[in-house]
Parts: sequence; structure tokens; C-alpha cells
Amino acid sequence: MEHGLQHLAPLAVTHVGFLWLIPLFPLLGAVINTTCGWWLQRRFGKAVNHSIAVGAMALSFAVACFAFAKLLGLPEEERFLQNTLWTVLAAGPVHVDLAFALDPLGMMMVMVVTGIGTLIHIFSTGYMADEPAYWRFFAYLNLFIFSMLLLVMGDNFVIMFFGWEGVGLCSYLLIAFWYTDPAKAAAGMKAFVVNRFGDFGFILGLFLLFWGLGGVWQELPSGKLLYQPMTTGQQLRIFSEGVVATGTQAEHQETVVEIGPTLNFRQLRDQVVIKATGVAERLSRQKLFGFGLMALVGILLFVGAMGKSAQIPLFVWLPDAMAGPTPVSALIHAATMVTAGVYMVARLSFIFALSPTAMGWVAFIGALTALFAASIGFFQHDIKKVLAYSTVSQLGFMFIGVGVGAYWAGAYHLLTHAFFKAALFLGSGSVILACHHEQDMRKMGGLGKYMPITQKTYLWACIAIAGFPIASGFYSKDEILWKAFSQNHMSFLGMPAAWLGPLIYCMGIIAATGTAFYMFRSYYMTFTGEYRGGHGNGDDHGDTHGHGHTPKESPRSMTSVLIVLASGAVLASLIGLPASWTHKAPILEHFLEPSLPATVHFAEYPHWVEWLFQLIGVSAGAVGWLFARALYRNGTSTVPAQLLARWQRIWTVVYNKYYVDEIYDATVVHGSLVFARILSYIDSRLIDGAVNLAGTITRLFANLDGAIDKYVVDGAVNLVASCTIGAGRGLRRVQTGRIQTYLYGALAGALVIVLLNFLIR
Amino acid sequence: MMGHLSLSHFLVVGGLLFCFGLMTVLTRRNAVAMLMGIELILNGANVNLVAFNHYVAGGLSGQIFALFVIVLAAAEAAVGLAIILAIYQMLRSIDTGNIASMKQ
Repeated sequence: MEHGLQHLAPLAVTHVGFLWLIPLFPLLGAVINTTCGWWLQRRFGKAVNHSIAVGAMALSFAVACFAFAKLLGLPEEERFLQNTLWTVLAAGPVHVDLAFALDPLGMMMVMVVTGIGTLIHIFSTGYMADEPAYWRFFAYLNLFIFSMLLLVMGDNFVIMFFGWEGVGLCSYLLIAFWYTDPAKAAAGMKAFVVNRFGDFGFILGLFLLFWGLGGVWQELPSGKLLYQPMTTGQQLRIFSEGVVATGTQAEHQETVVEIGPTLNFRQLRDQVVIKATGVAERLSRQKLFGFGLMALVGILLFVGAMGKSAQIPLFVWLPDAMAGPTPVSALIHAATMVTAGVYMVARLSFIFALSPTAMGWVAFIGALTALFAASIGFFQHDIKKVLAYSTVSQLGFMFIGVGVGAYWAGAYHLLTHAFFKAALFLGSGSVILACHHEQDMRKMGGLGKYMPITQKTYLWACIAIAGFPIASGFYSKDEILWKAFSQNHMSFLGMPAAWLGPLIYCMGIIAATGTAFYMFRSYYMTFTGEYRGGHGNGDDHGDTHGHGHTPKESPRSMTSVLIVLASGAVLASLIGLPASWTHKAPILEHFLEPSLPATVHFAEYPHWVEWLFQLIGVSAGAVGWLFARALYRNGTSTVPAQLLARWQRIWTVVYNKYYVDEIYDATVVHGSLVFARILSYIDSRLIDGAVNLAGTITRLFANLDGAIDKYVVDGAVNLVASCTIGAGRGLRRVQTGRIQTYLYGALAGALVIVLLNFLIR
Repeated sequence: MMGHLSLSHFLVVGGLLFCFGLMTVLTRRNAVAMLMGIELILNGANVNLVAFNHYVAGGLSGQIFALFVIVLAAAEAAVGLAIILAIYQMLRSIDTGNIASMKQ
């Protein structure tokens, strides 16, 4: 393991007693709004509902801030808050506590989830003001945040998995919020089912990992495999060097590390990260059916991440997830749910680092998704669809980051993306509300005049996502792509592949260009030129619910949120200024370092090379921007229409998202249905047939038995009776009633006796 | 041994009487005639009783037996004739072949 793990000590844990409050408040809010929200809304009005929900979020955020302060107050290497409530389950080596933990990575996630979650809650009070089922919406939102907090803060895999499933459930509830529309209900179901596929991979990976920690298969000379279980809960005493280094002198310190199967992140990390335990070496040597165990574990865990974080091939649910109300889209795309996969890979970075194959796989899928989704984003007309594919694409970037080993860069991109994507989605929500739930950008245009705040915040978010150095997106994306280029440890399908890094870099740059293009396309189509929708003169808008009015700026509750998010998107750049500029590690990298113990060696290049690549990154964004400006500014250019006419066929394929949904229908969905039909056939024909056959045979036997009863037994009885009758009938003739006949008989008898008397004598 | 009656003579007479009586009972349909046949049979038996008493046993027991039989025959004839009379009054016939109403 060249790029192996540092020599590290076990995590120092600080026990605190308040972490459970962070998820508690959203849970309480959800419970209150679920149980009596309907009554509250009817009795006191909607303000009560959103006060409860937003209040719960604000309290949660406040506790998170307190925890953040507490964390910052600790020495850098000991930043780990832990809060155990009670033991849920203890069975053999499986020991599950209801416990929460916060390390710098989890802290960052909690700040994003509660902070941006609170903002989205506030935005929703304006956006959903007309919704009749107001209480239900806020109950779901709070539940969503609660699940996400469980996922992020869980101290062990079980709590994490609980949250993991919880966000799946909540995404289903929220996407299908307007469930009376069958298409939206179907979108919710799709999200749920696709996520289940991922969850299956995730849980398989967990089982494999747990099993792998428990023992080892050893090949005997005879070719047989022998399983050698480890003693569970074994404690290793390790003399680690330099843990507490004072001056030049390295102190020897005795530490105790528990090894063996565990579900606890910290115990897992300790035994894998500390080399002296030998666990890491043993794990990376293990094989299962000829595959490296850690590669399998990594790939299976990544399948779970694929589902949650919408990577090829499980990305199909995310674009459909925009069927839900726009704040939900913002919540799913920015703060929660889709970040879960990236977070999980970063959280288990020390597991992934054991398998170059798994890392290469993660990075490659990420790059492929980034490119693929960006190309679909080019030609969508629905503003939310553009943003949805943009999310898929940006998630691809994050996976490139965590795949190549730049874990902090992936997490950083997660953070910056949370800001600008929330700003973009909420901005689009503001636009959609202004256009009376019109989402087609062809019917927008010129909105900048009517809603300046929305326009400016949207523009800044676009700048951030496109990658100009004045906003945060540049710094995270550039760091990811640079690390992808300079890494030199990945392997592809088990073979070392030096070409993989540059290839991923090229794919990433093309995707970044595409990102800039379609984001500015959406900006120009929406905010510049003339307003194309609902002028009031159209014959097609005879309805009276306001299509004729000019759009107007959204209420303050919404615009203020947009301003906060856009400023966040710009200011987040401060914590990620690259080392080549400041000559010291970015603030965020430094902060996250204790959480990301797996370090990967990157090739060293002089600073000017890195600057060159940064220049390439900026110019890629600029090219995309200029193209979009030339083609879509003010909606006057005729070039798009000409191009459309020229490349009609390709456009159709891309516009229909490469027919991925149709392919899924034809293969997975149809395949499942065929399979179901085959099973139904087996059920109705074979199984029912067997049952019916058994029935028939039984009936046959019963008939036989009946026949025996009827003919043999009854026959014997009847025979006796009819013999008696026959005998009676025959003998009755003898009884003539004539005295002479009797006398003849008596005489004959006498004669016979006399004759016999003579003969026998 | 002429002029000297032996047991065999009596037995032959008795047997003849019995046979005639039996013949009468078997062949005649008339109830009165059948009664007369029965009288002949009984008297055949009486001849035997008296003859054996005289030649073999001695004493009077055979003869007393014969007296009993005569009395019995008289009683029998009285009852029989009464029945026949009653039947005749009901059916206007004393042919035993016709008296079959009790068979049903």
C-alpha cells in the first residue's frame, strides 16, 4: 500500500451531553405538526405550523453552533464529540448504541443541514403560503431534516442506516407531496424504488465489511479454504510513537485498541487506521470468490452512494424528484439526501483507501456522471430540470473528489454546492411562483426587470457554479480536478492505470464547460430579453387566475433567504483558498484533516503548473459562458433555432435524456414485470396444478372408497337380505295350506326313514 | 294251522285298516271323508293295541289304551265336525282344496 494510511493514534473522545438535542428538535417539530398540525392550522392559522417548524430548525441550528464552538475549542487532533444515550442492541459482537458523534466532517455536514435547512424552511413559508396541506408539508420537512441529522451524526452504522432509510422515506413523501397527480406520485415511488436498489448494495457492503473484520479465509495446501474467526472484542496494546510529541523528543505512549467486528465508526477507524493492529493489511489481503474483499466492499458501499447521490446508473430518480414542491427540490438537491452518498464515502475514506480499484471506480463513475448529466442539461426547457441535471453533474464532481483521494475537496464542493444550488433552486422557485407555476423557460424571459433580487442572486449562484474565481464554486471544483490530474495511485478493474487521472480531468473540464454553458443559458433565457409568458393578449390564456399579470418580486421571506444563500456561495470561497496562492493548506482542509485519516500521495508539480490548470478551469467556464451569452442573451439570436434544425436528431436524443428512462422501462421495469408474470404463471399453473392434482387424487381415492363401501359392504348386507327374501319366497311355496300335501310329505319322510333303516342296516 | 288265529292276522287287519284310512285321508278332498279316514287309522291302531295286549303283554293296559283312543276319536270327531260345519256355513263348501283363505 504505497498510498496507505498514516501512522495515527486512536481518536480521543470528548463526551458531551447535548448532541441528541440537535436531531430532537426537528423530530419534535415533525411530531407536533403530524399529530395536531391539522387542528393547529384550522384553529390558529398557518403561522403556527411554520413557527413550530422553523423554530425547531432554528433551535437545532443554535445547538449545532454551540457544538461547533465546543469543537473549535478542543485541540485539533481531539476534535471528536460523542454522546451515548442508551444501548439499543447487544448481541455477540454486534453492539449498537443510540449514540451521536461529531467530528469536523460531521460538524460541517450538520452546519450545512441545519443552516441551509433553516433557510429553506423560511423560504417555504412564503412559497407554500397557498398550500392547503401546509402542516403536512412542514411535518415532512422537519422529518427529513431529522433523518438527515441521524445519518450524519450517527455514531455507528445502524443509526446511520436508520437515517439513510429515513431520508429515502421522506424523499418519497415530499416528492409525491401533491399525490393527487399520478405523475408526481409515480416520481415519488421511482425515487423510493431506485433508492432501495442502492440501499441493497449499501447493506451488502456493510455485511461484507463486518464479516471481513471477523475472521479470515486461509487457503490450505490441499486447496480447501479454512475460516479462522478472530476473537471478538480483542484488545491490542500498542506502543505508538510520537502521538504526543513534545519538542524533538517522541514519547512512547501505550494505547489500547479494540479489534474485531464492529459497527462503530470510531472503533472501525481506530483498528483500520492504526497500522500496528494489522487489520488494514489483513483486510486488503482478503479475497472473496477471487475478488479483493475491500474492492467488493468499496464498490458495494458505493452502490449505496450511487442510489442516494444519483450517480450513473441510479441517477434517474433525481430529475424526477423535481415533481415535489420547489423548496423540497432545494432541500433534496442542496442540503440533504444527495449529499449522503458523498458524505458516506468521505466518512469511510479509510475503507476506500484500502482499495485502489474501488477508488478508481468511484472517481470514474463520478466523471462519467458529471459529463453525461451536463450534456443532458444543455437542451432542457424546464428550468428545474436544468437544475436537476446540474445537481447530478455536480455530484459527479464530488465523487471525483472523494474517488481520487481529495476527500476534503469533495466535502468542500459539497459545501459550496449546498449554497449555490440552494440559491439556484430557491431562485427558480421564486421565478416559478412569479410566473404562476410556469416552469418552461421558453415562456419566461425578461424577468430581471420585475424581480431584481432574484435575478442578482441567481446570477451570483451561476457565477459560483460556472467556476469563476470570484465565487466559491471555482475553488472546490478546481481543487477536485487538479487532484484528479495529479493523483497517481488509482487502478481500474484491478490494474494500475496512470491514464485514469488525466482522463477524468479531461472529462471534468468538458463537464465544467458544459455546466457554465447550461447555467448561463438558463440565466439568459429566464432573466434577459422580453417577457414571453402570459402578456394578457394571448388567446390561449383565457383563464382568470392571473396569467395576464406581469410577474412581481417574491415576498421578503423568500428574497432574504436568496440573499443569504448567494452571499454564502460567494463567501464560502474564503475557507478554500488553494495552497498555491496562500502557501498554506486551505482552512477547511486543515479543519477536516482529523476526520479524513486516509491520506493519498499526489504527484508534486511546481506551482506554475497548478496555476496553468486553474487558468484552464477559468477559461473553460468562460467559454461556456460566452457561448451561452452569444446564443441566448435577450432571446434575439436565431442561431439556436438554426442549430436545432441542423442537428435535430441528436437534439432529440439528448432532449429525451438519452432515453435512459425508456431503457430502464424496457429492461428493469419490463424485466421485473416479465419475471412477475413468470412467477405468476408458475404460481397459477405449477403450484396450483400440484395442489389441484393432490385434490384430484384425493377425490379419486374417496370415490374408490365410496365405491367399495357401496358395492362390496352394502352389497354383502343386501345380499344377505335378498338371500333371506329369496329363501322366504321359495319356501313359501311349500306352505300350500293343503293338508294332503303335508301328509304326502310326512309319508314320504316316514318311507325314507324306513328305507334308510333297511339300507343302512 | 287253520282255525287258529295268530298275532299276524290281527296285525294284517290292523295294517289294512291303517292303510285304508291313510288312503282315504290322502286322496279325498271332502273334509268329512277325511275325518272318516282318520277314524279308520285310529281303529287300525286300536286293533294293534288290543292284539299286542292279548298275545304279548297280557293284562288290561292295551285294552284300556284302546278305550282311551276311542274316547279321543269321539271327541275329535265332535270338534272336527263342528269346525267343518262352521266352515261350511261360511264358505258353502267343505272341500279342503278351496279352504285357502287363511293362506294370505
